[in-house]
Amino acid sequence: MSEETQRNVRCLVAKVGLDGHDRGAHVITRAFRDAGFEVIYSGLHKAPEEIVQAAVQEDVDVLGISILSGAHNTLVPKIIEGLEEYDAFGDTLVIVGGIIPDEDRSELEAAGVDAIFGPGTPMAETVEFIEDNVPRRD
Amino acid sequence: MAIDQPELVSDLLAGKHRALARAITKIENRTPGYREVVSALYPHTGNADVIGITGSPGSGKSTLVDKLAKQYRDQGLTVGVIAVDPSSPFTGGAVLGDRIRMAATATDMDVFFRSMSARGSLGGLSTATADAVKALDAFGKDKIIIETVGAGQNEVDVVKTADTVAVLVPPSSGDDVQMLKAGILEIGDVFVVNKADLDGANKTVTELRNMLDLRDGEEGDWDPEIAETIAKDGTGVPELMDLFEAHADWLDESGRREEKRHTRYAEELRNLLREDASELLEDELEARGGIDELVARIDDGETTPYEVADDVVAPVREALGD
Repeated sequence: MSEETQRNVRCLVAKVGLDGHDRGAHVITRAFRDAGFEVIYSGLHKAPEEIVQAAVQEDVDVLGISILSGAHNTLVPKIIEGLEEYDAFGDTLVIVGGIIPDEDRSELEAAGVDAIFGPGTPMAETVEFIEDNVPRRD
Repeated sequence: MAIDQPELVSDLLAGKHRALARAITKIENRTPGYREVVSALYPHTGNADVIGITGSPGSGKSTLVDKLAKQYRDQGLTVGVIAVDPSSPFTGGAVLGDRIRMAATATDMDVFFRSMSARGSLGGLSTATADAVKALDAFGKDKIIIETVGAGQNEVDVVKTADTVAVLVPPSSGDDVQMLKAGILEIGDVFVVNKADLDGANKTVTELRNMLDLRDGEEGDWDPEIAETIAKDGTGVPELMDLFEAHADWLDESGRREEKRHTRYAEELRNLLREDASELLEDELEARGGIDELVARIDDGETTPYEVADDVVAPVREALGD
């Protein structure tokens, strides 16, 4: 193992808005950790601005937004706008997990979400998606 | 959209958050070129007060850091925080959870909070932390706080890169023998009995004071202070900040700040040399068929790790004319 580079996938698991259910976020945080990722967990009830701040300052490769409240159509685009403001959108993989009705998917994808994982998605699938799609930097 | 070196540095100096974040990533990952970045930042450093905060898990470090950051912001000062959390030695994965406590300063971009995992080994962590502090310093942060779990040598090395070190001691954290354990008493400039509203706080303060009185300090040394805080409601935090100020003044008046800086540069240089040397030797190992090849001979009882090491280092020793 060379000292030369020590790159780890950095990931922010974010809970946004008035949504107090974080079991899913905890489970995914743990799975990401076990996959060798460095995971920053936002904690509950964060405003979109806080998520943007964390994503920018922590320079994460992946932003995973967990949302079960139904407010994804307003909150997710707000976060993406914030990332754009700090030039952080282009090379951040944005994924959404939670309850997203089928008819909302295309709108979120158009807003810049790279993938949406609904309930019952095997953990390995999400991890694999990240490993395959994490932006190459430097 | 890669940001190239000179632009990264000039963007950072121009106050772009993204550039600061990316520079720290480079430093953490040892991305080729990171040394040029740090070198270019060097002339812009030396203006920030660097405070190290350490203590056992659950002693209230992150909550205290949040309150300190808030108070500094209220004084119109900008703040940088580096929070180091352990990583799994098996997968390299980590959950970096200190950020959750940053409630009082949420959405305030003038508090730059960065989580780091302790993935670097062999002094690498303290080098990476010290370099990340330089990036924050060059960015123009007035106060920089390094937060670590004070569990081992690695962490002690990290807080040693700070000008002022605060050690958090929760009430009832064991008898005075615990406090004799290596490092804890030596590294603290200020001892903070946090959760001072809990039972046993007074006893802990007394025990600490007794232990500190037994130190053989030299004439002109800083006398470690003890502060009592309740981080969750901010009680005692202004008094703690006064102690930090007093220590900073003492550093300036006694000339210890220069001394410390000198020692730190020496340490940084040593770390870099150690790293570079071990990298050169990695290449040499590869050239000899890789470490497994060599270990196989040790497995078979043909040789010992000492003989192999001697052998591998021989050309270096020769080249240096020893």
